[in-house]
Amino acid sequence: MRDIWDVVVIGAGPAGLAAATTLAEQGASVILFDENLGPGGQVYRGIEQTASHPSLRAALGADYASGGALADRFRRSTAAYLPASLVWQVTPDREVWVSCDGASTRMQAGQVIVATGAMERPVPVPGWTLPGVMTVGALQTLLKSASMVPDVPFVLTGSGPLLLLFAQQCLKVGAPPAAILDTTTRTNAIAAARLLPAAMKGQGWRYLLKGLALKRALRESAIRQYSHVTGIRIEGTDHATGVSFHANGQAHRIDAAIVALHEGVIPAQQMARSIGCAFSWNDRQACFVPDTDAWGNSSMPGILIAGDGAGIGGAIAAEHSGRLTAFEALRRLSRIDAAGRDTLAAADLRARNAHLAVRDFLDQLYAPPPEILAPADDVLVCRCEEITAGELREVARQGCQGPNQAKSFLRTGMGPCQGRLCGPIVSAVLAQAHNVGMDDIGYFRIRPPLKPITVGEIAEMGGRLIDA
Amino acid sequence: MFRRLDADAGDISFRFNDTEIVARQGDSVAAALLAAGLCAIRATPVTGASRAPYCMMGVCFDCLVEIDGVGNRQACLIPARNGMIVRRQTGARDLL
Ligand code: FES
Repeated sequence: MRDIWDVVVIGAGPAGLAAATTLAEQGASVILFDENLGPGGQVYRGIEQTASHPSLRAALGADYASGGALADRFRRSTAAYLPASLVWQVTPDREVWVSCDGASTRMQAGQVIVATGAMERPVPVPGWTLPGVMTVGALQTLLKSASMVPDVPFVLTGSGPLLLLFAQQCLKVGAPPAAILDTTTRTNAIAAARLLPAAMKGQGWRYLLKGLALKRALRESAIRQYSHVTGIRIEGTDHATGVSFHANGQAHRIDAAIVALHEGVIPAQQMARSIGCAFSWNDRQACFVPDTDAWGNSSMPGILIAGDGAGIGGAIAAEHSGRLTAFEALRRLSRIDAAGRDTLAAADLRARNAHLAVRDFLDQLYAPPPEILAPADDVLVCRCEEITAGELREVARQGCQGPNQAKSFLRTGMGPCQGRLCGPIVSAVLAQAHNVGMDDIGYFRIRPPLKPITVGEIAEMGGRLIDA
Repeated sequence: MFRRLDADAGDISFRFNDTEIVARQGDSVAAALLAAGLCAIRATPVTGASRAPYCMMGVCFDCLVEIDGVGNRQACLIPARNGMIVRRQTGARDLL
């Protein structure tokens, strides 16, 4: 494999696939690295395998199936592709270190497009570390990639389009959940209503219609449903056995061996932060978002961020965003000039905006309930090092000023997940404790290696780890 | 815990500690373990609490296992392969 590329793309979701395909079609040398076994990212997970399972494809829906064309076009392009590969370091001067099958290699990229997408927002509720508790996305991944559905009573809890979509997919494959606990707040629903007119613009009305159809299908189903749910607590000692919660002013409890949590998605921060890209808190989406311009340029020259990783916009917006960053990368490589870029990008710019029209409404409607960002004292915040919100508040009282200091106080963020899950909660809890904003409290400094690689692997490489 | 939508159980197999796990081509190790009815596949180094795959997309690291002698592999990202030796990780603090 060559070790110098015009562009290295990281992540094979809609943004990464569109970016790599466009670059290859425009004659650039491009390689795409991805953790998964096949193209599609999370949203089109298993898109090539499900092609031979028509009934599963049908149950997953037309939007999912549309990812097939994107993957096909990518496969037909000259873009190089390394699935099941872990990029564990990208330096500010665009050296890319990647591990595949236990061996690491280093490449030099002219431009890097980070398309590492989104992750589900951590949902720190009591009992969320028990076996049997997963994210809604995790259950959907099992369905898409392994045709698996729960065969025990299970409950979906939380809020957001993915939760509704997955509930309907479960219905279609004949494995409905025992109950849906919807945590969408009344306040959000009322505030969102005002944003409806703007949300119908562009392609927004399509999303609204789809949402209405989903809600209708669920209403007409036999699934037990609770609205404005609060106080979710998962019960069990070695494994989830049930979930208790409040709804309609009453306490409830439901037996369940699998409880799936979902409170929307947030940009995956690890890669961009490790390179040194600047982030800012986005109040509307209640998450940290990298600072980018309309073309995906981050604060680091030559590091572009495409798709949901640059701010949540959904799969179609991500695809357009992938192409936009590709055109900008071509300009940065001096293969086209700014006017050429603008001509090539016009259609994608328009289309992306049309698909973003509905976002303000969705962000408002599905904003996480306050208790998600302010877990009770006895709730584990850091799953790896088993640190509770109470312990974190205690060190804040003792003078711990921010997330990076919390590492030395408590080891939060120093376990195997390197703060991927606890990061957003640690920042939120400390910001509340000190009564400052999220940008003031900041976030974990993320250092390579971003993935567990063996000491031998580093030694073979000559061990040139950069302390970013 | 889980069932497959169709009858095809798979035609590859690997070991998880002392258990023979049958898997399908394209399964991740984590999916194959869950399909085989295993859930708690690791214990935390701090308190020894049982953990199971949480995110299935490489974020939470609660699926860490030892595969063919190499520790701290993310079972949700590694494809199941015939003859693999997978072991449960318990106790020792994870080395990164
Ligand atoms: S299940 Fe979360 S990293 Fe594997």
